[in-house]
Amino acid sequence: MRVAREHFHNLKELPKTEQLEPGSPLCAGCGGLSALRLVHQVLGENVVWVNAAGCMTLLATFPYTPMHASWLYTTMGSAAAGAQGVRDALDILIESGRLPAEENLHVVVLAGDGSTLDMGLSATSAAIHRQLDFWYLCYDNEAYGNTGFQLSAASPLGSLTATTHHGATQRKKDIFEIWRAHRPPYVATLSAHDPLDLAEKIARGKELHGPKLLLSLAVCPTGWGFDPALGDEIAKLAIETGVWPLKEAKDGVVRHTYRPSRFRPVEDYLRPQRRFRHLFAPQRNEELLSRLQQQVDAYWRDAT
Amino acid sequence: MVDGGMRKLLTGNAAAAWGARMARVDYVPAFPITPQTEIIELLSDWFGDGTLRGKFVTLDSEHSMLTAAGAAAAAGVRVFTATSSQGLVYGLELLYTLAGWRVPLVLVNVSRGLSAPITLGPDHNDVLAARDTGFLQLHAETCQEVFDFILMAYRLAESPAVSVPVLVNLDGFQLSFTREAVELPSAEQAGRFLGPFQPLHPGFRHSRPVAQGVAVLDGATYSYFRYQLHRAVENALTEFPRVAAEFAETFGRSYSPLELYRADDAELILVMIGSYATKAKAAVDRWRAAGRRVGLARLRLVRPLPVAELRRALAGRRAVGVLDQNLAPGLGGILFQEVAGAVAGMANGPAVMRSFVGGLGGKDVSDDEFDHLLSTLEAARPEDPPADVELLMTQSEWLQVARSLTVAGKEGGDHAGSS
Repeated sequence: MRVAREHFHNLKELPKTEQLEPGSPLCAGCGGLSALRLVHQVLGENVVWVNAAGCMTLLATFPYTPMHASWLYTTMGSAAAGAQGVRDALDILIESGRLPAEENLHVVVLAGDGSTLDMGLSATSAAIHRQLDFWYLCYDNEAYGNTGFQLSAASPLGSLTATTHHGATQRKKDIFEIWRAHRPPYVATLSAHDPLDLAEKIARGKELHGPKLLLSLAVCPTGWGFDPALGDEIAKLAIETGVWPLKEAKDGVVRHTYRPSRFRPVEDYLRPQRRFRHLFAPQRNEELLSRLQQQVDAYWRDAT
Repeated sequence: MVDGGMRKLLTGNAAAAWGARMARVDYVPAFPITPQTEIIELLSDWFGDGTLRGKFVTLDSEHSMLTAAGAAAAAGVRVFTATSSQGLVYGLELLYTLAGWRVPLVLVNVSRGLSAPITLGPDHNDVLAARDTGFLQLHAETCQEVFDFILMAYRLAESPAVSVPVLVNLDGFQLSFTREAVELPSAEQAGRFLGPFQPLHPGFRHSRPVAQGVAVLDGATYSYFRYQLHRAVENALTEFPRVAAEFAETFGRSYSPLELYRADDAELILVMIGSYATKAKAAVDRWRAAGRRVGLARLRLVRPLPVAELRRALAGRRAVGVLDQNLAPGLGGILFQEVAGAVAGMANGPAVMRSFVGGLGGKDVSDDEFDHLLSTLEAARPEDPPADVELLMTQSEWLQVARSLTVAGKEGGDHAGSS
């Protein structure tokens, strides 16, 4: 079941202009890069990216950048505060007549799950609280990917990382709900597998003033352990098993933008990934596999 | 005062806020911390009542505050902010970052001792932790200097040959909460010295995209940028006299990077920074009245370190003592190392150098202690064995500590001090 879209109905309607040039030091099949490419295409060229330390920091490596738009690398813990400074400065310059209004930019934080869910949370919470007019794109690859895939607060229960010998023992932190508790005008999950859903959400967010979260699953061949050619299939399985719900919350009211008519078993998503292999071999971990399925079932039972 | 200026009784904090006001800053990201808070309260009022145009915003931490400050300066507005102590070290990552961004903002630090133990009284361990960040550092002795240095700081920061942020330091309590008469210029007069901000770089705009703060992943290019920063900070040594001359012409007050007080024929020189220099000057006066040739050298500029001035000032002296209001455990006084480094290898360098640490966490440096420093210098001979750093504490202070130790159920410790 899919909610009706107002802005984008087929792929031909998506903006054609590429904002990212090919060629970057990122890994083959990077799901974060796919999401960034699509988001940037829909947002357009009048953007300044405010980056936190993470995989995407490698995009702009002196003297190269694959972007036509502006970029400011800040720190790991304070990209949202950087967005505050840039936004405020642009407002001051425009209001005082020192910068023509047509020079205005969307200020967009670009951060991974490590920064977003932990170190950068204080700065982000404060920016949302201040109702800062900015976007926040989180590419969630469910670990500290750039440093070699160590446990982050986004690592799912049971997943292997470089610092969890037996797999993560906690559930993934729910950053969608943490944002929503601040009552920003818009929060949404995305997937590069569903460009129309992604584009529609950006179009909805564009109409709203204030903090807007775009939380994209970023399939990670290197860290998750799968052939880069399978990236889109893994992203699709995340959606069709119900593991990665596509949803939005406008003014705090949650709406799922897609609900699979028939959910695939969670195992179908887990099995192709090296980080979950220990749940299947040398013997099946029935207890954990059924807990993972139950968590997804329980989520969708309560989903609106 | 000419041009509608005025003479006002101001705390050091208020003088700092007036400095920002007269610089017509566009943007103040803020976070409260004792003893700095009065600065941001005043600025908040002035943005609130329309005296200042632009924006005042409270961030969630000094780390965020400095990020917003740097990002806004990179985007092309004139930025002021202030902090103290724990706040400065909490934001230390950004001090390096902002200097690397080469953004010309001004940060006031109100010195306060660092935890642990957590305390409120002043010393210089906080600001000297920032000495290698690439920020210029100006250290004030009086409330007038606090005000004046902020206007000068913007001129230095915004000069194309420099283009790095500037830290203006004032001591907590002794300056932050002490009222002194401060000459304030008229807005017109201040504007003649410091015009509107003319950013060197275009900032962020649709028609002219730019990537700033990008990663550099090879050592040679990284070194190039770091060497550039070093050269830029050094350029402030050339720029300072120009700015100071124009300042003197406009306001009638003249500043050198190194203040020399009754030092011309002095055999003994005390070197230090900050507000306790006022007490040191009183000690110099007492000793001069008794016919002894002593003087003071006070660093106004700590970064860049005015090495040439230090070498000129200390050449041929019989003994030089450095009073550090900071402690580098395992090393001693930080400024002593810097001053000793500055005069190292001089053919006619000071015959003897002595290192003293005092005034930590707001501890007084009493008249008796200053007398003790000068007596120690007077008695010192080149043939003496190397002297350790001397940690100052008076007998009455020690008795007070011993009483607290007794109350806490501890046996008295070793007597750390002298005098």
